[in-house]
Amino acid sequence: MTNQADGLTAIELTLWRGPNCLFEELSFEVAAGSLLLIRGPNGSGKTTLLRVLSGLTRPETGRIAWCGESIEKNRQAFGAQLAYFGHTNGLKADLTVTQNLAFAAQLYGQSGEQIPALLDALNLTLCADLETRYLSAGQKRRTALARVLMSPARLWLLDEPVTNLDKAGREYVIERLCSHIAGGGLAIAATHEDIRLENHRQSEILLGDDL
Amino acid sequence: MNLSRFFIAIVRQELQVAFKRWGDLASPLMFFVLVASLFPLALSPKHEVLRNLGPAVLWIAALLATLLSLNALFRTDIEDGTMEQLVLSPYPLPLAILGKTVAHWLLNGLPLVVLAPVLAVTYYLPEDGVRALSLTLLLGTPTLSLLGAAGAALTAGVRQTGGLLALLVLPLMLPVLMFGARATDLAGAGEQITGPLYLLGALLLLSLSLLPLASAAAIRISLD
Repeated sequence: MTNQADGLTAIELTLWRGPNCLFEELSFEVAAGSLLLIRGPNGSGKTTLLRVLSGLTRPETGRIAWCGESIEKNRQAFGAQLAYFGHTNGLKADLTVTQNLAFAAQLYGQSGEQIPALLDALNLTLCADLETRYLSAGQKRRTALARVLMSPARLWLLDEPVTNLDKAGREYVIERLCSHIAGGGLAIAATHEDIRLENHRQSEILLGDDL
Repeated sequence: MNLSRFFIAIVRQELQVAFKRWGDLASPLMFFVLVASLFPLALSPKHEVLRNLGPAVLWIAALLATLLSLNALFRTDIEDGTMEQLVLSPYPLPLAILGKTVAHWLLNGLPLVVLAPVLAVTYYLPEDGVRALSLTLLLGTPTLSLLGAAGAALTAGVRQTGGLLALLVLPLMLPVLMFGARATDLAGAGEQITGPLYLLGALLLLSLSLLPLASAAAIRISLD
């Protein structure tokens, strides 16, 4: 296994949950400018693998390196390069869409002037001043996606990025994913649906029984 | 963004969220006011009885009100996923936890400091006693918030906390209660209270320097 200088490397990851082995000695590399799909049936450990890659969950064995450096040791440098779109949306239910995104913009050190355009593209303009508790599941997903889209991060970890989205939303996400990767970014997406990017490097990991 | 701006952003967001939930905010304070104002009605109306019991009752009511407000401290953050985002952000997690704790104190501790002197009137506390009560609460309640945050972080991953949180943090809160109530009592009797005040200050500094680190580690474990 070569230590790739620019990208994410997972080396011999093993994780057990109770009596189930979710993955054993799993090694892979994601190079700059490529997409990795983590696929598998429900409960096969896709989300858990994403959490391991983000550093939230510690694997039993193995390690993860970002640009050749262990992510445990360089948490802050890794955090600045990471946008995590989790299974929970990470939105405050009591705050409006705009307030939620303005807070995220502050964390990314941005002024937040791109928020209206982003809301427009995601078809959220009408609910910009609505508290997120009143949004539909799809609208909440879109708001959480807006946060990823405005982050300066190079690595996107996406948990079911197109679930709950309508056709237009799905196309927009895939379009942005393409431009992110074309710009030298990396993306890892856990999904049970098929995402195909035209003309971009793409690989796949299958979790579950057929591993 | 530098660290102080990050800290301010966290405190601001916490306050924004809390002001949308008046009910949650008011109930510990209501509890404090009710307990503190019912005691004089149930006790003997003699001035010296009330004056003797006042400091202890006010301090115990403040401690229990703080405990009541702790359960929800990190729970919603973990449930809605905002805590994950903070853990993964490039900023130090202890600073985020400290921001949330400071917001908790501003919303729960500070109102106690303001309300206590008003309620102290019903216990006929002398002027020195009232001043000591405010001072000790001002020094003590931040320590209670910090200790409570550590306990809330430890129990955040547990499904049904019940009395676990209280059981965990109450013993740690006892020194604050003892020094606080005793100093108020002594001041009322015209004694010097520099000693207990210094000790309360020392406890606050110790908690301020160590507990955010412990809470952050506990949050990481809760999310794992």
